[in-house]
Amino acid sequence: MPKEPIHILGIESTADDFSTGITTSQGKILANITSTFIPTQGGIHPREAARHHAEVAGEVIHNALKKAKIHPNQIKAVAFSQGPGLGPCLRTGATAARATATYLHIPLVGINHSIAHIEIGKLITGAKDPVTLYVSGGNTIISAYEDRYYRVFGETLDIAVGNCLDVFAREAELKQSPGRPFGAIIEELARAGKTLVPLPLTIKGMDLSFSGLLTAAVQALRSAKHGLGDLCFSLQEVAFSMLTEVTERTLAHTEKPEVLLTGGVAANKRLQTMLKIIAKEHNARFNVVPKEYALDNGAMIAWTGALTYKSGITTPIEKSIVKLKWRLDQVPVPWVEEAE
Amino acid sequence: MVLIRKGAEADLHLEQWHGHKVVMKRRLPKAYRLPQLDLAVRTQRTLREPALIHRAKEAGVPTPTIYMIDLAESNIIMEYVEGKQVKQVLNTLPPEEKLRLCRHIGTLIGRLHKHGIIHGDLTTSNMILTSYRKIYLVDFGLGEHSEELEIRGVDLHLMKRALQSTHHRLAKKCFEAVTTGYTETVGKETAAKVLAKIQEIERRGRYIEER
Repeated sequence: MPKEPIHILGIESTADDFSTGITTSQGKILANITSTFIPTQGGIHPREAARHHAEVAGEVIHNALKKAKIHPNQIKAVAFSQGPGLGPCLRTGATAARATATYLHIPLVGINHSIAHIEIGKLITGAKDPVTLYVSGGNTIISAYEDRYYRVFGETLDIAVGNCLDVFAREAELKQSPGRPFGAIIEELARAGKTLVPLPLTIKGMDLSFSGLLTAAVQALRSAKHGLGDLCFSLQEVAFSMLTEVTERTLAHTEKPEVLLTGGVAANKRLQTMLKIIAKEHNARFNVVPKEYALDNGAMIAWTGALTYKSGITTPIEKSIVKLKWRLDQVPVPWVEEAE
Repeated sequence: MVLIRKGAEADLHLEQWHGHKVVMKRRLPKAYRLPQLDLAVRTQRTLREPALIHRAKEAGVPTPTIYMIDLAESNIIMEYVEGKQVKQVLNTLPPEEKLRLCRHIGTLIGRLHKHGIIHGDLTTSNMILTSYRKIYLVDFGLGEHSEELEIRGVDLHLMKRALQSTHHRLAKKCFEAVTTGYTETVGKETAAKVLAKIQEIERRGRYIEER
């Protein structure tokens, strides 16, 4: 008789998205519902985003269950993003997760958000052992699995690459809208750019720094000497060259067979092209995670929750406090060994 | 021509050159980079590296002798330093010897910083221990001139991370020894400021669990 699949519900709320996913232990995604907080102006204010999350939590969880067509009693555990992320947002998600788990009398599974990005990426693209470049508004991490852990080979020393692009866009008074984020607008404008404006390319060891690049780009913008297209073009070329250089060095060092690109910035075609080139040069297969699963989503938490739960790991409620700066290289990932 | 290291940043070849054993460091064009940016990056690093290597000697830090620079090819021809990477030997040394070596590394980094030189890629694979117990620093391609505390802090922070990733069992003691040597060289006051910067960098950059 075939074994009953285990259903895991996952809650994601590290930043501006509140999302709930439901997956089976075999990696079937039954639901992935997201509600995004859109600020009227400026960046994400953590408390405002958290208020949004609290308002929509019940509805999003309910809709996910409806979409998955399962009864709440079929859920075996509630996984949630325990960090890293914005405090108020994380706490709202954790509260929703604790309430759901307590109500259903099932265990909690605290998940590292960055690891979840890697795991859903592997599930969706079929990559087995990649060098992962995870690039978003809050994270810039180059990592690969080695000896029981995902190791961080390179990361930003200051702001995330997505943040660098967003702040520049706001300085340029660009307007984003649902489905058309700043990154996409910059990419469009960059296509019209031709002249390279000199901007600092900063690599320190294997780490990156984007704050100097942002300052220089903003100064160039204010100088009014360059067209916006040229500036977007130059900003992209320099920022993505930095990311690609460190990813290539990691690939050369680890000799991994695959490259996995994920996070919000993964949608950028120019970045994809650069990584494709280095992947080919190192005989590695290039994978990019499609938008639905590259952006923050509940399914990735549910799926990583399933992997964690199957490894016999759960999170007692007294240990479910959120970890704002939780590094991915501090989390044992026993299931990865099994897969290899 | 023997390829001794194929990095993503540059290829190192071992070669005979007018009777000398030399390393040819070539920065090959990268197809992913825009040609104009690619040329600028390679030229800048090819020019900067020998300049920093030369200044390091003035600071009393052993570095390879530069024989020739071929800018058109982004090629540096330099002395081949006979020895072993500190990375390969550090884990095999007896504890006392290990700490003595790390303290000496700290002294060398201190000398660089005192002379306004930032190495930019301080790892134990960029340090060569010769048979006559001298440590050579190599690979200044990501280095720069700076006296800023922040940049010095990042430089030492990279050293700390390199120790953690390649020698994790000894990392804490080793880095303490590095800071001892560093403090002796740059003085207590400067050292305290730089070490405080490291903490700041670690707090900022997700290096610790707690807020």
